Amino acid sequence: MTSIVATNQTILVVGGGIAGMTAALEAAETGKQVVLVEKNPWLGGRTAQLYRYFPKMCHPTCGLEINLRRLKANPRIQVLTMAEVTEITGTAGDYSVNVTLSPRYVNSKCTACGDCSKAVSTEIADAFNYNLGKVKAAYLPHDMAYPQRYVLDPSIIGTADAEAAKAACKVDAIDLDQQTETLNLRAGAIVWATGWQPYAAEKITPYRYGEFKNVITNVEFERLADPHGPTRGKILRPSDGKEAKNVAFIQCAGSRDENHLRHCSRFCCMASLKQTHYVQEAFGDEGKSTIYYIDIRAIDRFEDFYQKVKANPNVSFVKSKVARISEDKNGDPRLWGVNTEGYKRYSEPHDLVVLAVGMEPAVKGMAIPAALSEGIAADSSGFLAMNGNTGVFGAGCATNALDVNRAVQSATAAALRAIQVVNQVARAEN
Amino acid sequence: MSATMAEKKHAAYICSGCELGARLDVAALVKTATKDGKMPLVREHAFLCSAEGVAMIQNDIDNEGVTHAAICACSRRSKTEAFNFPATAVSRGNLREGVIWVRPDTEEARETTQEMAEDYVRMACAEVKAMSVPSGNPNVGGSKTLLVVGGGISGMTSALEAAKAGYKVVLVEKTGALGGWAAQNYKRIPTREPFKNPEDTGVADMVSRIAADANITVYLNATVTKTAGAPGRFKADITVESGSTVTEDAGAIIQASGFTLYDANKLPHLGYGASPDVVDQGGLETLAKVANGGAIKRPSDGKEVKSVVFVQCAGQRDTTGEHLEYCSGYCCNVSVKQAMYFKDSNPDVETVVLYTDLRLPGNGEDFYRSAQNKGVIFSKAKVSAVAANGNGLIVNFKDLILDEDTQAQADLVVLATGSVPTSGPDLDALNAAVVASESKNAEIKAEADIQVEKLRAKSVLNLTYRQGPDIPHFKHGFNDSHFICFPYETRRTAIYAAGPVRRPMDMLQAMEDATGAAMKAIQAVENAGLGKAAHPRAGDLSFPNVRLEGCTQCKRCTVECPFGAIDEDERRFPLFNESRCRRCGTCMGACPVRVISFENYSVNTVGSQIKAINVPDEFENKPRILILACENDAYPALDMAGMNRHDYSAFVRVIPVRCLGSVNTIWITDALNSGFDGIMLMGCKHGEQYQCHFVKGSELGRYRLSKVGDTLKGMGLEEERVFDTEVAITDIVTLPQRINDYAAQLEAMGPSPMKGF
Repeated sequence: MTSIVATNQTILVVGGGIAGMTAALEAAETGKQVVLVEKNPWLGGRTAQLYRYFPKMCHPTCGLEINLRRLKANPRIQVLTMAEVTEITGTAGDYSVNVTLSPRYVNSKCTACGDCSKAVSTEIADAFNYNLGKVKAAYLPHDMAYPQRYVLDPSIIGTADAEAAKAACKVDAIDLDQQTETLNLRAGAIVWATGWQPYAAEKITPYRYGEFKNVITNVEFERLADPHGPTRGKILRPSDGKEAKNVAFIQCAGSRDENHLRHCSRFCCMASLKQTHYVQEAFGDEGKSTIYYIDIRAIDRFEDFYQKVKANPNVSFVKSKVARISEDKNGDPRLWGVNTEGYKRYSEPHDLVVLAVGMEPAVKGMAIPAALSEGIAADSSGFLAMNGNTGVFGAGCATNALDVNRAVQSATAAALRAIQVVNQVARAEN
Repeated sequence: MSATMAEKKHAAYICSGCELGARLDVAALVKTATKDGKMPLVREHAFLCSAEGVAMIQNDIDNEGVTHAAICACSRRSKTEAFNFPATAVSRGNLREGVIWVRPDTEEARETTQEMAEDYVRMACAEVKAMSVPSGNPNVGGSKTLLVVGGGISGMTSALEAAKAGYKVVLVEKTGALGGWAAQNYKRIPTREPFKNPEDTGVADMVSRIAADANITVYLNATVTKTAGAPGRFKADITVESGSTVTEDAGAIIQASGFTLYDANKLPHLGYGASPDVVDQGGLETLAKVANGGAIKRPSDGKEVKSVVFVQCAGQRDTTGEHLEYCSGYCCNVSVKQAMYFKDSNPDVETVVLYTDLRLPGNGEDFYRSAQNKGVIFSKAKVSAVAANGNGLIVNFKDLILDEDTQAQADLVVLATGSVPTSGPDLDALNAAVVASESKNAEIKAEADIQVEKLRAKSVLNLTYRQGPDIPHFKHGFNDSHFICFPYETRRTAIYAAGPVRRPMDMLQAMEDATGAAMKAIQAVENAGLGKAAHPRAGDLSFPNVRLEGCTQCKRCTVECPFGAIDEDERRFPLFNESRCRRCGTCMGACPVRVISFENYSVNTVGSQIKAINVPDEFENKPRILILACENDAYPALDMAGMNRHDYSAFVRVIPVRCLGSVNTIWITDALNSGFDGIMLMGCKHGEQYQCHFVKGSELGRYRLSKVGDTLKGMGLEEERVFDTEVAITDIVTLPQRINDYAAQLEAMGPSPMKGF
């Protein structure tokens, strides 16, 4: 059984992406007890799945390394992975929370030596790489996965593969009898940092995502560009593995659209501008990018990043909401629409189309536990908004469409709001 | 307290798990630790990170008096929590990721792999002997009060949020009232659903909450005329209009000094100054306040405005170098709000917004849609001129959709000029002026004196720091952080910028930002009080120790410290302010006489490892390459190369360093003198887009080490024997390749002639 020490002065942080990690670390580094709950087997969230950040073009794993070092050095944070909050009751300063843990089938003895992976033959879709590749069913989700511990996919439990994995482990770290368990813990305040998901691109029917292999999303493109991704950093299009040297980016794919997401997702313009660098980096002057946009929202000091991309002769901008995509015989996706600057029709083939899909809050459609919904509720876009007195605080992209920098600010603010509640509890008890 | 010499007991622990036992001769490693490492207690364990293994070490600590443990197993990045013995000095010999995982499992490779492992055991033993457990900075201050400079929305938010958490706040506002820019506004951009209409500014409510809060002391008509001290023990002189000064204690500072609108007088082509009916966004707020929901009247003749044109990006997003290069981010939303002021009082008023890109992120889209529903017209256009036209104004622009030059008539034109931060003087300019003011040329001196005075007058904090009176600027004069993952990290410990002084932002963002800044400030006072470091080495109890008797007053440490931690005392010796220090070790790297050290990281902890490495003679054909690797990026990249089993040369020996900036040249000369064939320096990217988490560390380190050329020449060595390479954490595949290429290059050069001397 997993054991957790928590009191009504403990801060529960739900979600272990960069917002949740930040809220947990900022509170713990101020001396507070924190329980951090993450649904995946690893921490880091969607930032860990990015190749580079705009505008510095630096690597998100660099900041992740610092955050993980902070976490490892801080005994005040207890981390639960493969865990989801299933019930919350109580009020600010005194919550009772149920957390359901899914079995990893690997215990804390694991040394991440990799012997189990070698012993297993089943392969599963590689979730870390947005299913663009495959991994063994006994796997370390990625090189910086924390906890640094393998995972056995439930699909092999009860098969010879699971037994082979167990037999290969020299340190008795594989426990095939692990079951789903539910923990009950107390908390004084809760930070809800469950992040976002890319908008389901198949819902934008004229773009034929899921049908045309060479129409992919911006988050998938990150994995293609990453040396640790499924193509080892080569920008190859999915249909035939051809180098994608002529790439179209379609902005507002789902965003700013009353049929899909009403809001502007904020990060996607900068993300596409950044991704034109990947094309340039991979193919030099042979790499061509075209951005189809409504407005380029390179907000505040990102403007010069936009100006630099704009000055690159290999990048063109077309002010247009693309009407539809068709597919040429050679597999090239072809974009149809009207360039509204001068009202010119176009029909342009590209090697690859990247849909700049927007950000949908992960809480959208989620059953929010009862006590939670009293103080905090989703607005009509699905983002969390605070309502008066509560001990539950939204953080990061659960509250708004934010870039990384702003998500971290939001999480830092949420940490203080949680501290206000537990400090009040502490004062009342002294 | 750290153990004295007499109480020390050293031990080494060698793990044989994870195939270490199969790939290495562990018995020989035990012998190495005993004989070469001179460890009185050496234990081998088949699974050292297991509960039993950890209990064995804990038992030695509790019952055998072990104070120093060299743990030779996996990387320091693995099983960190298991090998956490807070009262014991611990070093980690990386035999797994650093040895067996980067070497082929062949009979041929066995000998050199074993030699590699033996060296890492020697190094771990040497390192731990040179370490002690940090005892914490003794020079702590006890103030937990926050000083908030600026009483606008940001400053008020920081004050209220900190007070709500139980902290005392001193709030200093230079004008006669709280509220700042927000108080000048008629209404604000909506902050909650349905995001359709302007909202009350909320200023009055905040002002009354502050008045009622016993935790908050407010000084109006006041400025901070001097800030001395360090985190936990700042002393701020607050001078009020009458000239009287009060000194307040503070543990941390939030600079919420706000912004001013970009001066529209610089935009004569847009009619500002020529006609009173061309206003900036501030001017329009004043008109709207006067109208108070009624018809807005134009300044020239008091006529009701029937048509208004909003010119976006006025003096912003400028590529000519004349005006602001950046976008202020909030002005599209403000123009939408201001257009609604007209539409809400009279739907017949013609309101046109001329823009190149409309930028209303997030729920701003709902606000924009609402404005369209209210009849506000939005046109993608580039405005070239605004001029008086009889009784009204004429706006000339190119319609970018119709691709034609055209014009519009208007009673009133509003220029969205954007924001300029009130961020104090540019320290580089100030320091240059200070240097010039020491000139012997009277003319240069006189001019520089004026410049110094002018820049100093702009100071917000008036810090007594040797490195200048304010936080260094980031891009475009904002006091922002350069780090995407760490938006609050300024270059002055426990001083945080909040609100539009650090980045252009609207009120909702400013409130969020100011709450985050209050969080960081509270964290800073708590840690300063405990003698602990702030980010990124949060919780580190070590601090720089300096042996002043050896100091030559060369000032390199005071100049190079990226965080302004070191002042000078009246005798011109460096004066360390430990709680300002981030523990990067740049001062230690810079010190030519090596008098600066940390208890757990010093010239000796690294130097003794270099000395512990066995350097074979020139006939053995086994070169030695020293790698000094940044612990945040290069070292993890090497670890992950190991996890992916990317082999590299068995001749390298890797020592992680806190930052390239902490590398002292003595390590280089010692290594070369003892016969190393080459040295690789692995640090983070520097320059404008630097990635060094100690800001200037990698750059300063590189600069310092670029000067070793003379040393090499003096020794008769080729300059290629020291190789500086920039490493990113993702270089998992390319880094082993770079190491192997360098090893091949050295092999081609032949052994170092220093061997055997």
